[in-house]
Amino acid sequence: MSWETVIGLEVHCQINTDTKAFCGCSTEFGAEPNSQTCPVCLGMPGQLPVLNTVAADKSILTGLAIDAHINLESKFDRKNYFYPDLPKGYQITQFTVPIVEGGHIDITSKDGVKKRLGVTRIHMEEDAGKSMHEGLDAVSHIDLNRSGIPLMEIVSEPDMRSADEAIAYLKQLHQVIRFLGVSGADMEKGQFRCDANVSVRRPGEPFGTRTEMKNMNSFRFIKQAIEFEVNRQIELIEDGGEVVQQSRLWDSVKNESRPMRSKEEAHDYRYFPEPDLPPLRVTQEHVDAIRAGMPELPGQLRQRFETDYGLSPYDADVLSQTRETSEWYESLVAAHPADPKRCANWMANELLGRLKEAGKDLASSPVSAQRLAGLLDRVGDNTISGKSAKDILDEMMVSNDDADSIIEAKGLKQVSDTGAIDAIIHEVMQANPNQVAGYRGGKDKLMGFFVGQVMKASRGKANPGMVNQRLAELLKG
Amino acid sequence: MDIDVKKVAMLSRIRLTDDEATELGPQLANIIGYVEQLSEVNTDGVEPTAHPHDAAMPLRANIVTNVNRREELQASSPKIESGLYVVPKVIE
Repeated sequence: MSWETVIGLEVHCQINTDTKAFCGCSTEFGAEPNSQTCPVCLGMPGQLPVLNTVAADKSILTGLAIDAHINLESKFDRKNYFYPDLPKGYQITQFTVPIVEGGHIDITSKDGVKKRLGVTRIHMEEDAGKSMHEGLDAVSHIDLNRSGIPLMEIVSEPDMRSADEAIAYLKQLHQVIRFLGVSGADMEKGQFRCDANVSVRRPGEPFGTRTEMKNMNSFRFIKQAIEFEVNRQIELIEDGGEVVQQSRLWDSVKNESRPMRSKEEAHDYRYFPEPDLPPLRVTQEHVDAIRAGMPELPGQLRQRFETDYGLSPYDADVLSQTRETSEWYESLVAAHPADPKRCANWMANELLGRLKEAGKDLASSPVSAQRLAGLLDRVGDNTISGKSAKDILDEMMVSNDDADSIIEAKGLKQVSDTGAIDAIIHEVMQANPNQVAGYRGGKDKLMGFFVGQVMKASRGKANPGMVNQRLAELLKG
Repeated sequence: MDIDVKKVAMLSRIRLTDDEATELGPQLANIIGYVEQLSEVNTDGVEPTAHPHDAAMPLRANIVTNVNRREELQASSPKIESGLYVVPKVIE
């Protein structure tokens, strides 16, 4: 009998505000240790927290983007635990009434199967500081610059049934968050980190005992960690053992996870209402105003690219990966409106590839949308062949010339004049009488040979469509 | 009311001797028993109170107002190294 995997995900996402959640300290990354702290985020006695308005608004925006319910009144609670990077001895979080409840993320599997995955809630909370242990003997070092930075914790329903679904959910959520501009979501900087709750069961049976894989910040590690954990649990149960509820850490060097600490023992958070903060109240008008300012989301964009521009689902997906990509594509279409599909092909297949090779991105692209459009105009009016256009694009990557001046300077203008093409074809035919006889004798495959010869004789400038057409005509004899 | 005084003390990071724990147990039980009287009040149909002060939360503008006061703020710390707080080793 088979096993079914059940996965629920908790994502901690840093809200990109200028200041911390409850004080006026800067959130800038990479500052001198402990240079961005104050009595509030250091937990000094008598200090009172005041919530950053942008942290609340961006949480609401995220909730709206995943079709969730916004609580017009939400509350803050204290989660109590002792750790040196948590100066107050508690974390301010939203336990009983979070700002956002419900919602969903839609994913499409590799086989094109669509699935809707539930979101339980999004609540606001503050981050802890950073502890450093490496290279230290009997001590740890604490940097509290991160203490008090606002986070959204996005908690999913236990709806994922495989590591692949979990990754699809995370990627989709990551993309939505980037589009909304509510977080930098830079995983390497820890701005988007994930805990995965994993259990296995026989299909149809109640949930098995779960373990929690903590604090992972790479899609690859998350997938590996989930797969490792699923196998570990199945083997354990099949060997007659029992899964113990625990938190585990993924060791990406050894490719294995190990238990962190027993949850029952160490964790007794003793949540209670945060007396320093009255309820957060927002009006429906305020929520509506936030909704009105919501940017187009990747899913809507993909759909629009397919319908309005006739793009394939693949191209639509590639060009809606980030807001920058989609905006670049649309400015290319605005500059070369004749053929949005040509724009998509050239941008997705030619430009992005060249940029990647050059270690650049669209923002630093040496070829602007305007210049690329200039090149596509010449492809469109048959001035140049596709092959020449690729060479010209190579040239444009390293020079500031526009397509027309490169065509002029290199004499790349395509020959579409029937007389000129016929003249070349006659030359080729005279030079290859045996092949002409062979073709006329029924060897159709020789057509390829003639096309090649004519293109070569024209130094690649002959219009290939016309060459084919004229050859078919003239070879008939 | 039976209270695991040692566990409560551990969660609060308070070190108690066995004698102290034995002495505190009944006292804590008394306090909780006193507060327990509240549960006798009929609260059917009463909205839960989020906060004794009936006000909405004031909010702070997203503007940096604090400057670097590290030296002053770290003056009372027992040990600092290169601007970092030094604490007894804490590793999972």
